[in-house]
Amino acid sequence: MKRLVPLTIAIVAGFTLIIAYFFPIAQQWSDNVQEWFKILAVGAMVLGGGNLIKLHLKKVSAKRKGWGYSMVTIVCFFGVLIVGFLKVGTPPNTNYPDYVWSGYYLQEGSGVWWIYLHMIVPLTSMMFAMLAFYVATAAFRAFRAKNIEATLLLVTAGIVLLGRTYAGVWLFDAWLPESMLWLRFDNLTEWIMNAPNTAGNRAIMIGIALGTVATSLRILLGVDRSYLGQD
Amino acid sequence: MLLSVAIPILMKVSFPEEVSPQTRMVFDVIENLPDGSNVLLSYDFDPASEGELLPMAQAFTRHCCAKGHKQYYMTLWPLGSPMVDKSLDTIRSEYPDMIYGEDFVKFDYKAGGEVVIRVIGTDLRAMFPLDSSGVSLDELPMTKNIKNLQDMDVIVNVSAGDPGTKQWVQFASTPYSLTTVSGCTGVQAPQMYPYIPEQLAGVLGAIKAAAEYEQAIAEKYPEIASNPSAQEAKRRMGPQLIAHSLMVGLILLGNWIFFVSRKRGEA
Repeated sequence: MKRLVPLTIAIVAGFTLIIAYFFPIAQQWSDNVQEWFKILAVGAMVLGGGNLIKLHLKKVSAKRKGWGYSMVTIVCFFGVLIVGFLKVGTPPNTNYPDYVWSGYYLQEGSGVWWIYLHMIVPLTSMMFAMLAFYVATAAFRAFRAKNIEATLLLVTAGIVLLGRTYAGVWLFDAWLPESMLWLRFDNLTEWIMNAPNTAGNRAIMIGIALGTVATSLRILLGVDRSYLGQD
Repeated sequence: MLLSVAIPILMKVSFPEEVSPQTRMVFDVIENLPDGSNVLLSYDFDPASEGELLPMAQAFTRHCCAKGHKQYYMTLWPLGSPMVDKSLDTIRSEYPDMIYGEDFVKFDYKAGGEVVIRVIGTDLRAMFPLDSSGVSLDELPMTKNIKNLQDMDVIVNVSAGDPGTKQWVQFASTPYSLTTVSGCTGVQAPQMYPYIPEQLAGVLGAIKAAAEYEQAIAEKYPEIASNPSAQEAKRRMGPQLIAHSLMVGLILLGNWIFFVSRKRGEA
């Protein structure tokens, strides 16, 4: 039963969605399955949150390496959860002023809005901005013309890097004859993206799609049961 | 790297932009729609990608406003809602004649990613019975006759990853033959090109394409060109030029050191 029930659910849901795609008459079944997905997704979110807390609490109680970071995670998790659930500082919705909790949780002035503006925005922006420094050091340390493939990659990267700026135009405009303007880095970048990149990516995508179809069929027919985990 | 980004920003260095064919394709999709068409804008990004994608999103908003299109905003990302709010603020401050509920509307974030797209593909109210301010869609003039995604003339997706453009292509553009354009990060752009021109009518890749889009709008609508807020992407092309040049310089320097040390090793 432990394996049969989830297996049956997966098979029924999967085939319902496939049938609904080809036969519009079965659209309502597909809508029902997707409603169930939404309900289960909420349950999964609770399970995920519970699991996160369990793991970090274990780490803190055992005082394993980095337990301080786990403590920060737990405090932040419950902090945001409480502020969000209680809608701390959130004014009521202007359409329903008599209902205290009717306001939008991210409304300007609310607690979650403050956390968002003063913590999430600067932290996530900082993480993204750090990439620039990593990329710059990686460019110096790792981009080496060691063989033909690496040289091709290097030349392509150089053209695209300059082609995505005004340098791609400015370097050539003064001396390149009009008949050779296709050699300008911005035009070469466009060609690289449209021809070799598109061809390569299409081949990869077709391969992935065929693999996905094969794997999906294995799951739907109950041949592949690895997603059910170990007994 | 810090200086190469900071100095051009502080000195307000900017460069002229030429509109590339790819950007022109995206611009024409919005431009060639009859005035007052329905445009769904899904902002599937968060503050981490705001620097790269918000100027593009704002350019889409201004273009739609200039054309008088009806704009339906939504997001598939939990932190995408404040990004949408920034576009709504732009509409309210720069286009005061546009009225919420008649010319633009916002739907709140709903969890589920591609499932959200699948559901609204057949029934918008199953996922969004209310707008973000809690008003029933039946009470808003611009939504009361909208049944599902198929009532949209164009889908504009500004995407930083999954769920994003790929899911819109798979679950909206392809099954319902909806015209879809995408604005995405530089990392994502190469993966989106294979969808052109059938599943995607065009792709704007990163800040460079956003700057070109701003240029295309400025050429067509001079009143927008005089607005400094509408030049955010162009302003960022200065730091991009210097930073990219620095990286090319570092690559050349690294290779020069590599070849010199290899030669010495062989000797």
